[in-house]
Amino acid sequence: MDYALKNSETLETQTLEVNLGPQHPSTHGVFQMNVILEGETIVRLKPVMGYLHRNHEKLAENMSYLGSMPFTDRLDYICSMTNNFAYATAVEKMANMEVPERAQYIRIIMAELTRLVNHTLLIGFLLNDLGAFFTPVLYAFREREKILDLFEAVAGSRMMCNYFRFGGLKVDVTGDFIPHVRQIINNYPKFLDEFEELLSENEILMARCQNVGIISKDLAINAGLSGPMLRATGVPYDVRKIDHYSIYDRFKFRVPIGEKGDVYDRYYIRILEMRESIKILDQAIKEIPEGEFISKTGAVAAKTPRNFKLPKGDAYSRIEAPKGELGFYLVSDGTTKPYRYHVRAPSFINLTVLEDMCLGYKVADAIINLGSIDIVLGEVDR
Amino acid sequence: MKSLTEIQTDLNQKFPGIAVTIDGTSLVILKENWIKVATFLKTEPEHAFDYLSSVTGTDYKEYLEVAYHLYSVSKQHGPLAIKVRTDMEKSIVPSVTPLWRSAEFQEREAYDLLGIYFEGHPDLRRILMWEGFQYHPLRKDYVQDDQDRPVEQF
Repeated sequence: MDYALKNSETLETQTLEVNLGPQHPSTHGVFQMNVILEGETIVRLKPVMGYLHRNHEKLAENMSYLGSMPFTDRLDYICSMTNNFAYATAVEKMANMEVPERAQYIRIIMAELTRLVNHTLLIGFLLNDLGAFFTPVLYAFREREKILDLFEAVAGSRMMCNYFRFGGLKVDVTGDFIPHVRQIINNYPKFLDEFEELLSENEILMARCQNVGIISKDLAINAGLSGPMLRATGVPYDVRKIDHYSIYDRFKFRVPIGEKGDVYDRYYIRILEMRESIKILDQAIKEIPEGEFISKTGAVAAKTPRNFKLPKGDAYSRIEAPKGELGFYLVSDGTTKPYRYHVRAPSFINLTVLEDMCLGYKVADAIINLGSIDIVLGEVDR
Repeated sequence: MKSLTEIQTDLNQKFPGIAVTIDGTSLVILKENWIKVATFLKTEPEHAFDYLSSVTGTDYKEYLEVAYHLYSVSKQHGPLAIKVRTDMEKSIVPSVTPLWRSAEFQEREAYDLLGIYFEGHPDLRRILMWEGFQYHPLRKDYVQDDQDRPVEQF
């Protein structure tokens, strides 16, 4: 009897459950996607996380306010400077602390350099997920190294900077800092042009990224997306422009927005944002004044962190981190330790729509959808 | 954005007798009124709080509290902080996930770490701790494994 023939007449189809991760290079860390496939089409996707959970928030409740600062480096370990920035802003808001002019400028320079690092790396890794294995990443790493060298020069560490203090910074920048930033600003556009020449109109990249993982404007707002994810859908919402925190209202820059909200828009918006960051850096290093790098009360708080107290109450403060809106919610009971410390992590909340982005697409598209969200598991799991 | 007292008057006019109070910089709303207030704040064009930024819980020992921080993307204002309180034993708060999807993972996190049950949540499971874990680590009465270490070393 012809077995093959009989089989094809009564062919039964089954859905297939695949666990992508937690140990898989495309998941950017330890993250699992529980996928139900029909053929190669995704019919259900459930993200599973928590493999890197260390209860950051509980740890913070047991130590002084400044004691949590180095731990914030480990949230989104690509962008430790902006994590510091967000936490310092939250504490300063509660304590009503002033930050000296020079420190404000250095903070902005650090934040924008971090944005360059993050977006460059993201594009490299996204290309990795697309199959351009490690060539674009190495170009990205080459540029990132130059910025990390600067971080090392001022903070003593390349990735875990721990550079911000309440009311200012840990130390002033070194004398050759500004010329080095100038050099980066001069060279970065050339690198971006080179990157774009290789990638932006690349046929494979366009075929794989365009019309994949589309998110509508309404869903993006409703699901609390933030940062480039939100702006790629065409919503001009940038916390730097809305809240005017720190001194961002002094700089001229535009907020790039996407059209469709697909993976290609999310890729391209990051290139555009880097170009805007360079504009901010350019203005900042021209205007940076001489002066104190930390306020007097801040210097006392930095020297005696275990005596530093916040008034009773609670506060929520947010900044525009490279990945989106990074918020800190602090509750103080008037002692030297926070009563409650909560991190509103952008990558965690941006993951909410992962299933919506992937339904109906092929399993290979799930990988680039995840790559385009730009998650760091240190921040997702906390 | 309207001031807190203006929003309080608005709510009291719209829903007479719902007892909205102001605590510091936030509005405190009774949990049985929370859904209708949330729907009002989201849909009323004057307020248009279409963006729920943060949802998180706090254990105050006598009661648990959920703090919501709302913004408006269309009108570009915010934040409006709202607090909903519930007792320790039957810690149930209505879920706002049907209104704002951004609450989906955050409510799961608050359930996982603080043991607040969100009624009406489509998929209320643990998210960061593993299934079968017994406790809620952000509660103040949770005993850590390494709690015998002297705290002074931090």
